[in-house]
Amino acid sequence: MATLARLQERLPSFKQEYFSRNRFVDEYRRTEYCAAVKIQSWFRGCKVRAYIRYLNKMMVFIQKWWRGYQGRKMFRKMAETAYFIMKMNFYNEMAVRIQKRWRGYYIRKYIHNYYALKKYLEAIALNNETVRKELEEFAEMKEKEEVKKALEREKKKKDYLARKMHYLLSTQQIAGIYNSPCRKSPDPWEMQLKKAKPLRHKKKKIENAMDLPWHTYADSFGFQVMPPLPPIGRQKPQGPFRDTVEVLQQRFKPLEPSVRVVASSSSLRRTQEEEKQEEWRNRIHDEAFMPFSYNVPDEYIPSIQRASKYGQSDYGIKHFREEHPEKWITNKDFLTMLPSIPLFGKFGQAYSRAGQFV
Amino acid sequence: MSQRQVLQVFEQYQRARTQFVQTVAELATRPQNIETLQNAGVMALLRPLLLDVVPNIQQTAALALGRLANYNDDLAEAVVKGDILPQLVYSLAEQNRFYKKAAAFVLRAVGKHSPQLAQAIVDCGALDTLVICLEDFDPGVKEAASWALGYIARHNSELSQAVVDAGAIPLLVLCIQEPEIALRRIAASALSDVSKHSPELAQTVVDAGAIAHLAQMILNPDAKLKRQVLSALSQIAKHSVDLAEMVVEAEIFPVVLTCLKDSDEYVKKNAATLIREIARHTPELSQLIVNAGGVAAIIDCIGSCKGNVRLPGIMMLGYVAAHSENLAMAVIISKGVPQLAVCLSEEPEDHIKAAAAWSLGQIGRHTPEHARAVAVANVLPVLLSLYMATESSEDLQVKAKKALKNILQKCTHLPALEPLLHDAPPNILKHIVGQFSKVLPHDSKARRLFVTSGGLKKVQEIKAEAGSLLQEYINTINNCYPEEIVRYYSPGYSEALLERVENYHPVL
Repeated sequence: MATLARLQERLPSFKQEYFSRNRFVDEYRRTEYCAAVKIQSWFRGCKVRAYIRYLNKMMVFIQKWWRGYQGRKMFRKMAETAYFIMKMNFYNEMAVRIQKRWRGYYIRKYIHNYYALKKYLEAIALNNETVRKELEEFAEMKEKEEVKKALEREKKKKDYLARKMHYLLSTQQIAGIYNSPCRKSPDPWEMQLKKAKPLRHKKKKIENAMDLPWHTYADSFGFQVMPPLPPIGRQKPQGPFRDTVEVLQQRFKPLEPSVRVVASSSSLRRTQEEEKQEEWRNRIHDEAFMPFSYNVPDEYIPSIQRASKYGQSDYGIKHFREEHPEKWITNKDFLTMLPSIPLFGKFGQAYSRAGQFV
Repeated sequence: MSQRQVLQVFEQYQRARTQFVQTVAELATRPQNIETLQNAGVMALLRPLLLDVVPNIQQTAALALGRLANYNDDLAEAVVKGDILPQLVYSLAEQNRFYKKAAAFVLRAVGKHSPQLAQAIVDCGALDTLVICLEDFDPGVKEAASWALGYIARHNSELSQAVVDAGAIPLLVLCIQEPEIALRRIAASALSDVSKHSPELAQTVVDAGAIAHLAQMILNPDAKLKRQVLSALSQIAKHSVDLAEMVVEAEIFPVVLTCLKDSDEYVKKNAATLIREIARHTPELSQLIVNAGGVAAIIDCIGSCKGNVRLPGIMMLGYVAAHSENLAMAVIISKGVPQLAVCLSEEPEDHIKAAAAWSLGQIGRHTPEHARAVAVANVLPVLLSLYMATESSEDLQVKAKKALKNILQKCTHLPALEPLLHDAPPNILKHIVGQFSKVLPHDSKARRLFVTSGGLKKVQEIKAEAGSLLQEYINTINNCYPEEIVRYYSPGYSEALLERVENYHPVL
């Protein structure tokens, strides 16, 4: 309560004081306000600037980071690209290498190989040379053969001529035309003629097959309907000859061989064989036919001559004449028909002039 | 009357007949007598004599008939119309070998003239009897029969087919194995005649095993046999690749080249034909021939003979070169081009020239290298002159033009082209100028040479239609040079210059 009393006591002063104070405050309010504003503005300015600075700082920070990030990202990308390009280039290069090889190989193998072609053409040229040479040699050989043949032909002709003209050869008495005494040496033909054998007389040859009597070439395939007519178209030979028909009949008479020629050498044996067979075939009974009574074979009776006790005489075997000279009518032996050849009679008994046996 | 007197009558009659027939046969050998004989009715008289009792007279009558029919086709027709053929065919089967020979001779003489006459022979059934004659023992009969068969088969494929159907081929193949050269010759010729018509007929001949035997006979010393053998082989080989390969497989190759060195012209020709027919089919076969040295042999052969014998060789080179550039190069390397150039300029006949031109065109058309080889041999002016010459045949002109075009389109050898600039007609000039326009922009030395040799001047003188291909080429060439030079060389430049001098007013 005391307090309240004190306060109450003081109340009027308070009013005064309150008034004075308010007046004082109002007196300074404006300046104070301006000062406050100044301070506040300054402070706030400081604050905002600080904040902006802060913001800026942050922004730079962020940007730095971002840009760094971005840059790194870009770099990475660039590096990647560069790497890719490098790789690409490398691969391309390698591909080119492979393709180069492959294309070279492929084209050389399947399409066009210059070196092979060159080699081939060279080989062909070489081959052509050899072929030409060989053919040349072949032709030469042929020519030589031809020449040789011609020479041979000529020689043959010459030989024939020499044989034909053999009568021109000189004899011991008369000189031939090639061995004229006026010449120093005989003509070479003389030697040729000497070597040659004279030609023999030729038999006249029948020239054309058509002119032959057809009988000679009628072979077994043709039918011979007619007996042969005499061939015609020839000169009748001179002289008193038999009739042509007769001669020709004689001439073209078929061969009449003797029985001996016709028959085979074994025909007798064969006939016997056949007969035996025939007999065997035809007989009714196989057992031999026997007579009713047993037949005793006859005894062997020798001939008188063989049976004589003096034995066989030599007559007719060793001699044909009587051997007993005492029974001869004359005292001479029979004469042989031919006289003996004196030379043979003296053989081995005469001497030659050299004192040796002849 | 005695027997002798009776016989004498017969003898006289026989003597007269024989004499008649022999005289007619003798007379028929001379062409000037034929007319008279025909007018005297010799056919009607000979016909009954074919049925004479004496074989000698029969044979001689057949011989006379054959000689008459051999002479011309009127007489051959008279033989057909006189119904002589059935008689002959009938007795061909019956009689002895001399008669068979004479009858086959008549058939051959009749059949050789025309397909109709040969058909008449086929119609009266002669083929079967002729085939039977091929089985005869006597080589002369076989020869005559195969000769007649060959003449019948020669005309066309139907007749050949008839011969094949009669079963002649195996027997002919047997005949070429006989020891007689003449028979072999004729049989080979008959095989050649049969196989020339169609691949099927040739196949029949091949199936009978003819090739092996024919190939063996290439080395035979007899020239006439060689001719026929080579001809038969070429007729077989010409149809198809398969047949040609069969022929090649018989190992004819190094052997057949020796025939090109033969002394006989026809052997040479037939051998060249055989090689040509084989080379024609495929590059592989051509290659085989090139590898065997066939090209060199052919070229030598061309060099060693004249005229028609050259023709197959020339064509063979063309065929080989046409297949591929390598083969064409092989021909060039074997020195084929100079030889062909010689043929082109030396041969008098147009068809050989045409063949040579064609072959050169085939050789030169592949690459610039080939064209150069051809151009160096100085062929182009010759070809051009042949193309321009009025006396050359149309075929030759066409072939020469085509060859020129083929070669020019590949040729980059300018020194050879330049002379052509001066005398080529516009249709050839186009190609020449075209080649210049292709080469000059890339070759400074050539440009220089082109000016100094007067080519540029000549090009300026060409009057080409505006907008044509030729004008384009000329423009391309002009663009390679400075304008003054082009103007300097263009015609009328000196007058223009003088005019300018006149019009010039000196500044004083």
